[in-house]
Amino acid sequence: MGRKILLDHDNIPGIQSLNVYREKGGYRALEKVLKTMTPEQIVEEVKTSGLRGRGGAGFPTGMKWSFLAKPEGVPRYLVCNADESEPGTFKDRYLMERIPHLLIEGMVASAFALGARTSYIYIRGEYFYIAQILEKALEEAYEAGLLGKNIFNSGFDHDCYVQVGAGAYICGEETALLESLEGKRGNPRIKPPFPAVAGLYGCPTVVNNVETIAAVVPIINMGGAAYAAIGIGRSTGTKLISASGHINKPGVYEIELGLPVEEFIFSDEYCGGIRNGKKMKAVVAGGSSVPVLPTDLILKTAAGEPRLMSYESLADGGFATGTMLGSGGFIVMDEDTSIVKNLWTFSRFYHHESCGQCSPCREGTGWMEKILHNFIVGHAKMKDIDLLWDIQKNIEGKTICPLGDAAAWPVASAIRHFRKEFEEYVNNPGSIRDVKHYYRINNLAEA
Amino acid sequence: MPKVTIDDITIDVPEGTTILQAARMIGGEVVPPAMCYYSKLKTSGGYCRTCIVKVEQGSAKDPRPIPKPVASCRTNVMDGMVVRNITSPEVLEARAGVVEFLLINHPLDCPICDQAGECDLQDLSYGHGDEFSRYEFKRREFEKIDIGSKVQLHMTRCILCYRCVKVADQLTDGRVHGVINRGDVSEISTYIENVIENDFSGNVIDVCPVGALTDKTFRFKSRVWYTKPVDAHRDCKHCCGEVRLWYKGDEVLRVTTRRDQFGEVKDTTTGKPGWICNECRFDKKETKDWIIEGLAHINPHSVISANHYESLKALKATVSRQLKAAPHGTKVTLGNGALDPNNQPGTQK
Repeated sequence: MGRKILLDHDNIPGIQSLNVYREKGGYRALEKVLKTMTPEQIVEEVKTSGLRGRGGAGFPTGMKWSFLAKPEGVPRYLVCNADESEPGTFKDRYLMERIPHLLIEGMVASAFALGARTSYIYIRGEYFYIAQILEKALEEAYEAGLLGKNIFNSGFDHDCYVQVGAGAYICGEETALLESLEGKRGNPRIKPPFPAVAGLYGCPTVVNNVETIAAVVPIINMGGAAYAAIGIGRSTGTKLISASGHINKPGVYEIELGLPVEEFIFSDEYCGGIRNGKKMKAVVAGGSSVPVLPTDLILKTAAGEPRLMSYESLADGGFATGTMLGSGGFIVMDEDTSIVKNLWTFSRFYHHESCGQCSPCREGTGWMEKILHNFIVGHAKMKDIDLLWDIQKNIEGKTICPLGDAAAWPVASAIRHFRKEFEEYVNNPGSIRDVKHYYRINNLAEA
Repeated sequence: MPKVTIDDITIDVPEGTTILQAARMIGGEVVPPAMCYYSKLKTSGGYCRTCIVKVEQGSAKDPRPIPKPVASCRTNVMDGMVVRNITSPEVLEARAGVVEFLLINHPLDCPICDQAGECDLQDLSYGHGDEFSRYEFKRREFEKIDIGSKVQLHMTRCILCYRCVKVADQLTDGRVHGVINRGDVSEISTYIENVIENDFSGNVIDVCPVGALTDKTFRFKSRVWYTKPVDAHRDCKHCCGEVRLWYKGDEVLRVTTRRDQFGEVKDTTTGKPGWICNECRFDKKETKDWIIEGLAHINPHSVISANHYESLKALKATVSRQLKAAPHGTKVTLGNGALDPNNQPGTQK
């Protein structure tokens, strides 16, 4: 049984309320921080813990915090990125829904470390009911004096606000999020300047994922060194994984980083194997934007070593044979899944969510979607496979924000590992189930 | 002063210069094309991605290369930076990709477009693009909209460079125009057909790199290469009054700002950008309204006005030579005096 440090109380009835949360040891970390620690000590502790951003990029959190510019007389902000929109990722939702006070405690403790008097939780529009849960939790915390003026008599004032977005994927990109929070159109900014220098309202800002901020609480409780002892190598601590797809037990699991992928998929403690006794075909390991891997490569690296759930092991082999841990959206596909159709779905998503600011992503995502649609309806030609490859290559790395990469990687990996399937769609479209299905639906609609 | 090397040419530039500006100081073929960057407009640039370059060495202190190509218009130079533009086949390939993206939804209606002959996209696609398109789907279309009584917006041609939005933001007050929708259906709009009626709105026509924003008093009157540019000025209480008149015979067909060699509005004699007001642009179309300074020394930078593609041939040749060049990283020198600023594509001698 893996250790649980974030979700250790998630199933306790009433844990959403402040009283139960405090009974279970809640807000002890905040008390410890405000009464006994200096901001520098907290940053140091987080650095020692080796905590890495849980939103997808995996940047060391302590390092990010120490980059924060601290000019005199300018306010600093902490922003929590709760705009969890990556298809296949739903860990933040679970965490905020079950234990809202864990996030709030983490917010206040982190804000103290950064010297931020104000913080914002930017939550996606679709999570409106969670915003209400958070609002209620904030209200409780204000009443108990855990937010507002002079928290724990330490002289530290802090205000935290929940801001609901309008449901755009792009607003999960930190600079687009800040634009949106400022009340503007959610277009990513061109970096530099980075938010650590000029972020929200032009002031130094740290933007962290929900899970990252929540992880600050156990780090303070147990100490950075003890947190760093969990996990493997530079992937320390635990990670929430949103497991979905053709598995017996989909859901959110907290794992110790370094767990073998095979164990995660097939053990009864976690995913419980592939449903209906089917064989596994492919896995998208970290949310829809990371490269898809076929069974043999997800279970073992190209060198033949067992693949582990960690930042390094999943990325082993680069994009040629590896993938990324990403946000932890673990999508398993069984042998009946069509990679092409699945890719079309992803592509449709990125086409719909592109902000339209820079040309490669604006034009390229739509183009890729149209070509993939041709595969689904049986109109594709063999040269379209190479064309898709060219388009994704021309998008990747040429855009302002990583949405372009996110749209390009799934296409690249699908062609790299499943080219045969694309050829199948071209060679005998009539025999492909998706093509038949597509026309059956269209014929029904016409009749 | 930071020292930067672009395509093996080293130059000292002031602190805070962008790579693109540094390249413009060198001049010639090393200047990356820019569709959205406009030096006179703050925060412009970074969107079109045509000016991407490769940074081989970040700075003298930190010599690591930047892994991804960067937008040269929004990246400041560091001391000891080494940049590759036209000597890197990788960059040219990426740029060709961007040009393809810009063109897939462009109607390519140059024969009926007023911008033809002075269109940045024409130059770009001639210099860096392919002769054919791999796009086989229906192109994006929009209805034409009148924004204000004198300006027409034809979104179908737009490449979303945001220059006009910045003009509306920075030159005029009470901005009523911006971008609506997102992704490949985003459009420049005066939301719910609000009109732009202010003294400087006409400048959006001059900054538009394509034929999306056109002067309604000039539409379909003449091809630009049949008109004769003449510099003139008048005493105007709104603006600098320094303009360029475009004659056909004795008739003034249109009035525009003066342009510099990069297609941007020229600074006036007082050193400020020479934006002009709508009165000068749309209402003063008689020779008697103006004090004529003489024939304008224009830089007919476009493919058509520059005499049957002559001027861009050198660039085109360099680009295709580079793309065919042997293994990536091979150094190819620029021949034929291409780097001489006086021998730039399109400079009239």
